[in-house]
Amino acid sequence: MNALQNKTTLLVVAGLVASALVPVVIVNKFYIDILTLILFSAFLGQSWNILGGYAGQFSFGGVIFFGTGAYASSILLTTFGIPPLIGIFAAIAAGALTGAFIGFISFRYGLRGSYFALITLAFSEVFRTIANSVEFTGGGVGIFIKHAPGLANLQFIHPAGYYYMALGMVIISLAIAWWLERSRFGAQLIAIRENEDAAEALGVDAFKCKMYAIMITGAMGGAAGTFYAQKYLYIDPPISYSIGTSVEMLLVTIVGGMGTIFGPLIGAFVLHIVNEVARHFIDTPGLSLIVYGVILIAIIGYLPNGLIGLFKRRKKPDKETSDA
Amino acid sequence: MSKKVTKSGVSRRKFVAGTAAGAAALATSNLGFPHIARAADPVKIGLIHPATGFLAYPGGQLRYGCQMAINDINKAGGIKSLGGAMIEAMLGDSQTKPQIGAAEVEKMNEAGVHAITGCYQSAVGLAATAAAAKYGIPFSIDVGVSDKLVTRGLTNVFRMADGYGRIAKDAAANLGAINKAAGSPAKTVVIVHEESEFGSGTARLMNKLLGEQGLTVAETIKHANPTRNFDNVALRIKAMKADIVMPINYPGEYVLLARTLRQQKVDFLASYSVLGGGFNFKFVNDLPEVAENMIDVNHWYDPRSAAGQALRKRVEADGKFFTFEVYLAYNSIRFLADGFERAGSTDHAKVNAALAASTIDPLFMPYGPTKMVNGQNVGSRAVAIQAQKGDVQVISPAEIASAKPVFPRPKA
Amino acid sequence: MNISMMPAAVINGLMFGAIYALVALGLTLIYGVLHIINFAHGAMLMLALYATFYLFKFAGIDPYVALIFVVPGSYVFGYSIYRWGIGKLSHGKDQNILLITLGLSIVFENAAQFFFSADQQTINLSYSYESIDLGFVFLSLPKVISFFASLVICLLLWVLMATTDLGKAIRAVAKERKGARLVGINVENIFAITYGIGIACLGAAGCLLLPSFYVDPFTGNIFVIIAFTIVVLGGMGSIVGALVGGFIIGVTESLGGLFLGESLGQIGISLIFILILVFRPTGLFGAKQ
Repeated sequence: MNALQNKTTLLVVAGLVASALVPVVIVNKFYIDILTLILFSAFLGQSWNILGGYAGQFSFGGVIFFGTGAYASSILLTTFGIPPLIGIFAAIAAGALTGAFIGFISFRYGLRGSYFALITLAFSEVFRTIANSVEFTGGGVGIFIKHAPGLANLQFIHPAGYYYMALGMVIISLAIAWWLERSRFGAQLIAIRENEDAAEALGVDAFKCKMYAIMITGAMGGAAGTFYAQKYLYIDPPISYSIGTSVEMLLVTIVGGMGTIFGPLIGAFVLHIVNEVARHFIDTPGLSLIVYGVILIAIIGYLPNGLIGLFKRRKKPDKETSDA
Repeated sequence: MSKKVTKSGVSRRKFVAGTAAGAAALATSNLGFPHIARAADPVKIGLIHPATGFLAYPGGQLRYGCQMAINDINKAGGIKSLGGAMIEAMLGDSQTKPQIGAAEVEKMNEAGVHAITGCYQSAVGLAATAAAAKYGIPFSIDVGVSDKLVTRGLTNVFRMADGYGRIAKDAAANLGAINKAAGSPAKTVVIVHEESEFGSGTARLMNKLLGEQGLTVAETIKHANPTRNFDNVALRIKAMKADIVMPINYPGEYVLLARTLRQQKVDFLASYSVLGGGFNFKFVNDLPEVAENMIDVNHWYDPRSAAGQALRKRVEADGKFFTFEVYLAYNSIRFLADGFERAGSTDHAKVNAALAASTIDPLFMPYGPTKMVNGQNVGSRAVAIQAQKGDVQVISPAEIASAKPVFPRPKA
Repeated sequence: MNISMMPAAVINGLMFGAIYALVALGLTLIYGVLHIINFAHGAMLMLALYATFYLFKFAGIDPYVALIFVVPGSYVFGYSIYRWGIGKLSHGKDQNILLITLGLSIVFENAAQFFFSADQQTINLSYSYESIDLGFVFLSLPKVISFFASLVICLLLWVLMATTDLGKAIRAVAKERKGARLVGINVENIFAITYGIGIACLGAAGCLLLPSFYVDPFTGNIFVIIAFTIVVLGGMGSIVGALVGGFIIGVTESLGGLFLGESLGQIGISLIFILILVFRPTGLFGAKQ
C-alpha cells in the first residue's frame, strides 16, 4: 500500500465515522432530513453512474427502476401484507429484471449513444402510461401506505432512522463503485465506454457486460424506490416514472464527476446545498432557481470533468489514477 | 412582505421589537402572564405551497391569501390572548414535490413553527401532514381535495374546505336540482377527467352519484396529464350527443377543452364541471364567449356577503384575480389564528384541541359556522357557480344563490 | 362509433402534427448537425410563445404577422446563446452540453415566472372560433392557417438546406465534421448558425401554436417529448423526416386516443418510438451516421 492509498483509507474511515456520528452531533432534524435527501440523491446518482459513468451508456430512464421498485414493495405490502424489510429485496429484483428487459431490447439491437438515451426515455413514458391505466398499481390514484413505524416497515419516527438507512445504501453504493474500479468487470466497462468496437475486438463481450451493468443500476434503483415509498407513504405514476428523477440522477453525477466513486456524492451535496442556500437568501419564488441554474452552468463551464476535478490536482496522463 | 427565518428562528430585530411590544402589551393587558419577557413572542405560521414549478400560479395565490390574512390579523392587534402576539409567516416552497414539502416541515419545526398551512397538491399535503404529525404541529389544509388527508386518524390535521368526496355529493345534488327546476331536459352526462387521483377519484364518485339524480353517464373519458389536443375528445362528445359535459381536470386542459368544444361547435345543454381547475375570474375575463354559461361546482365565496365583496375589491385592486385559492388560504389563517386565540397558548396539543372545537364563522363563504369532525369541517360545502355576462354568480343551492341558473344554455 | 370517427381523427392528427413537426424541425437540425440533445428546447418554445403573446397584447400584432418579428429574433437569440454560451462553455463534451442546456432551461423557466408571472395566458383572435366545415369534422381556422404555414416553413427550410451554400456547408458539417473543417468551413460558426436556425423554427412554432394553445412558464416541455419521438422517427437531421414524422405521430396520437382512450392512447407514441429505435434507428429518412 503506498502513501496515497494509506491517506485515502484514513480519509474514508474518517468519513465513515463522521457520517455515522452526524445525527448524534447535529440535533437539528431539518439538517438530518436534508442530508438524508442528499444521500438518497447520491445513491440514485451512483446507480446511474454504473451504467452511465463507467460503461458510458447514458440513460434517461433511471427513474424506471426507482418507480418499479417502489411499486413492487408497495404492492407486496398493501395487497399481500409483506413487510418492506423483505419487500425491498423484491424491489431490488424487480429493478434488476426491468434493467435486464430494457437492456436486452436496447443492447440486442445495438442502440448506443443518444439512441440508447432516447429509448430509455421512451420506456419511462411507456411505464408511466401503463402504471396510470392498470388496476394493480392503483391507476392514476396511486398507492397509499399506512403510517406504521417499525423496522420491519422501514418506517422510522426519528429522521435519523431514514438517515442511517440512506447512509447505509450510499456506503454500499460506494463499495460497489470501489469494487468496480478494481475489478476486471469494471475495466471492461471502461473499455466499452472508451471505444466499444475496440473493446469487442479485444475480446470483451460488450453485450453481456452492459447487461450486467444495467442490472446493477436497476437493482440499486429498485432499492431506492422502496426507501422513498416508506418515507413519504404515497406513490403514483408521476412520482414513480417522471423524467425529472432521471434527470436529477444524471445531473448530480455529471456535475460531481462521472465515472468516479465519489462523483455522485459530491454532486448531490453541492447541488442541494446551492439550492438550499439560494432559497434561504432569496425569498422571491423562482429567483433562487435562476441563481441555481446559473451556478450549474458555471460549474459545468469551468469544471468540465465535474467537481471532482477540484480534487484531482496532479493528474497522471493515463487513467490509472485511483480516485478513492 | 416576507420574513427571513434565521437559525434560531427569531431574528434579533424582531426579538427586540417583540420584547418592547410585549412590555407595552403587558402594561395594558389584563391577563397575568408569569413570563414577562415572552408575552409577545411572535406566533409562527408556516406556509407550504408550490411557489415554483408548474403550479406556481395557484401556489402564488395561496401565499398571497395567507399573507393578506396575516397582515389583517396583525393590524387588528394580533393574537390578543397571547398578549397581542404578531403572526409571523414562514414561507416554504414545496417545488411541487412531496419530499421537499416534508423537508420544509422539518425546517419549520426546527425553527419553532407553531402551525402550518398548505399545500395545494394532495400528494404534498399527505407527506407534509405526516411529517408534522410526528411533532404534533397543527396543520390546516387550505387547499387539498383528497379525502385521505383527513382520514388517517391524525389529530393535528384540519381542513376547512371540502374534499372531493363531499364536493362530488354537492355536485350531483346541485345538478339534480338545477335539472329538475328546468323540467329535467338533461338525461345523459359525459365525464372528461384527468388521469391522476384528483380526476380519477372524483370521476369514480360522480359515476355512482349521478344515477341517484336520474342522470346516466354515457361515457367516462380519461385523458392524460398534460393533454395537448382535445379535438378527438370533442368529436366523441359530439357523436355521443350527451346532454351534459362534465370536465374534471386542471387549468390548462380545462381551458383547452372548453375552447375546443366551441371550435368544433359541439352541442350540449350545459358544461357542468366539478372542481374545474380553470374556472375562475381569470377565465371569465380572458375568454368571455367561451366561459359564458359554463357551470362549475367548487369552493366559492358568497357574492352576496359584504365581507366577500370587500375582499374581492381589495384583491382586484392589488391586480390579482379573486381565485378560490386566495380566500380559502385567508380562512385557513383565520382558522389557525382563532385556534391560538382560544387556546391562549402556542402549545401544540392545546392548539390542536382548540382547533378541533372551532366554530369560527367562515365570514365570506356560503355556509355556516365551522364544525370539525375528525379534522374535517362538515359545515362547509361547495356550490354551483356559473359565468353570466362576464361575472360569476352562485346559482345553486337556491337558498344562497345570487342569480338564477341559465340552464339549459341558450342555442348558439 | 369509433370507426366512423377515424377520418376526422386522421385529419385532426395531421393538423396538429404539422405543429409538432415544426417543433421537431428545430430539434432535428440541432441534433443532426451538432449531435446534441437540446434540453432547453421546451423552454425556448415557451419563450417564443411569450414573445408572440406580448406582441399581441401590447402591440396588437396578429400571431401570424408576428412571424416576421419572432423568427428572426429567435434566430439571433439562438445564435447568441450558442456562440457565446454553449459553444464556449461545453469544451466539446456531449454530457456537458446536455447539462448546460438543462441549466439554461431552469434559468429561462424561472426567469419567465419572475418576469411574466406564473399565470396561464391565452389570446383571443377575432377568428379564433371560426371553422371550416368539412361535413364530418370542423377544422378550426387558426389550426388550418398554422397547418399551411408550417408546410411553407418546412419547404423554405428544405430549399435553404438543399440549394444554398450555407445549406451545403451545414450538411457537410453534419455528415463529416473533420472533413468539413479541412475544406475550410468554419465549423464553430456553422454550429452557431444551425442552432440559431433551430431556435428560429421554434420561434415559428410558437407563433403558430399560441392561437390554439396557451402559455405559462412551464408549457414548453410537454411538446419536447413528442418532438424527440418525431426526430428519431423521421431521422435525425432530416427536414422531410421531421414533417412526415410529425404527421405520423399526430395521427398516431389521434387514433391511439380514439381506440385506447386518451390516457392509454399516449402509449402509441412511446411504442412507435421504441419500435423505430429498435428496428430502424436511423429513422425513415435519416442517413447512416
